[in-house]
Amino acid sequence: MADYSIKDKVAVVGLGESTYYKRAQAPVSEFQLALEAILKAVDDAGLKVTDLDGFASYANDRNEAARLATALGLPHYAWASMVFGGGGGGGSGAVAQGAAAVAAGYAKYVVVYRALAQGQFGRFGQAAPSKNIRGPAAYVHPYGLFVPAQWVALRVRRFMHEHGMTQDALAAVVLADYFHAQRNPRAVMYGRPLTREQYDKSRWIVEPFHLYDCCMENDGAAALILTTPERARDLKQKPVLVMAAAQGASARAAASAENDPHYPSSHFTTLAPRLFETAGIKPKDIDVVQIYEHFSGAVPISLVEHGLCKPDEIADLCTFENLTAPNGKLPLNTSGGNIAECYMHGLELVNEAVRQCRGTSTSQVPDAKIALVASGPMVSPVSDLIVHG
Amino acid sequence: MAENQSYYLPEGLPAPAGQRDGLDTEFWAATRRHELKVQRCNKCATFQFGPEWICHKCHSFDLGWHTVSGRGRLYSWVRIWNPVHPALKDACPYIVAVVELPDAGNVRMVGNLIGDPKRDVPFDSEVEAVFEDHPEATLIQWKPVK
Repeated sequence: MADYSIKDKVAVVGLGESTYYKRAQAPVSEFQLALEAILKAVDDAGLKVTDLDGFASYANDRNEAARLATALGLPHYAWASMVFGGGGGGGSGAVAQGAAAVAAGYAKYVVVYRALAQGQFGRFGQAAPSKNIRGPAAYVHPYGLFVPAQWVALRVRRFMHEHGMTQDALAAVVLADYFHAQRNPRAVMYGRPLTREQYDKSRWIVEPFHLYDCCMENDGAAALILTTPERARDLKQKPVLVMAAAQGASARAAASAENDPHYPSSHFTTLAPRLFETAGIKPKDIDVVQIYEHFSGAVPISLVEHGLCKPDEIADLCTFENLTAPNGKLPLNTSGGNIAECYMHGLELVNEAVRQCRGTSTSQVPDAKIALVASGPMVSPVSDLIVHG
Repeated sequence: MAENQSYYLPEGLPAPAGQRDGLDTEFWAATRRHELKVQRCNKCATFQFGPEWICHKCHSFDLGWHTVSGRGRLYSWVRIWNPVHPALKDACPYIVAVVELPDAGNVRMVGNLIGDPKRDVPFDSEVEAVFEDHPEATLIQWKPVK
């Protein structure tokens, strides 16, 4: 079994999304959003709902497999898995688990999903009030260090100090996201273009992050369906194959009180080599990238850790021209991503990677064959996915 | 820090309490005495922070607490402008610092950086620990060394 790999054993056959809303704007419950996304993915694939027999999610999704299977009246289900960790680091990892289940024969049609209505439940960007705090949080909360924007900024600032990365690289990521969102009617920021001047003038959240460097807060759901390439042949869509997937993190990445030894890191350093080895390709073979941007500054660091540029090449690579479809050198987040399509906790990035390989993106990269997704930088575990058409 | 204020940040933020399993009781007891302690393996002398029940280096369960000087290096810092907790509504901007402790295996600790939050302080500059006593617990803050 030493030579076994997931490469080309599993196909993505269906994609679905609920309508994407600004936070607290969804007129229906989070659970209904999840159901809507799943039903759309089933329809996109040309399956019957009762074909579904597996569920994979991440970030402690509230909409549990058992409730979904019951609500959908499935005759049975054969797989349910959840990636550890509360952040977006599990996005590609949930695909990896679902794919593993399909490839191993545990289940035939696994739906990977994420539903999140930050208007109906807690907000990620706000501290929950409490009088006392214990454990790792006790070393940071009393000093006003509460939320991801702040601890990501600490890492990005150290990276900027060590490598000379400037605000221009962050702005390029944000402007590319907004540019792509203007062509994507699903995007929450569709019809809301952004200029560099508006970016520069927007308020600081935490330096170096302006308001626009931060992902949105949204209500919505996304889903995709996995099965074997053999079963995929009878379905509606051109199958897109899982080329490689990986999850994990570098040594002691979760050490508390900011004690991660590889501090100014997105945590992909140990995943990326495994990922490319499984895929049997080099970083330069990637046609389009979907890199999780909870905060813009993590993106260039993630590009470096996937071998797409060196730290001193960030300024050259991370420009608006290079990061935008159709003609950029490395089109990034072609749906608008977490910053301008929808903060679907990064699952929208997986769906967009599949669309690029189908040739159906609203910002299609000509002849895109291979797409990379990097999920949830700077948490542990993080995860990666490569798909190809 | 304004002169008429005894704390860097306003009151009303969560107060630290020891973990229920006793893992960091000694850490918070020591700050109360104005001592800065870092967990250290009694077997291989590896420092680790936050504390854990096992040494990540040699896997010994025999861990103790070592008093350090409180001298550190400003490893990273951010200026925070958006209040995410009600107590911080009128406290922005403020600076959160990550400090490395060279005499404790370069473990890091978090605190606020005392002084004008609008000034820039060079990375890797020297800082020292200052103890900030609150009714429930004593926090560690950091002050640049002149």
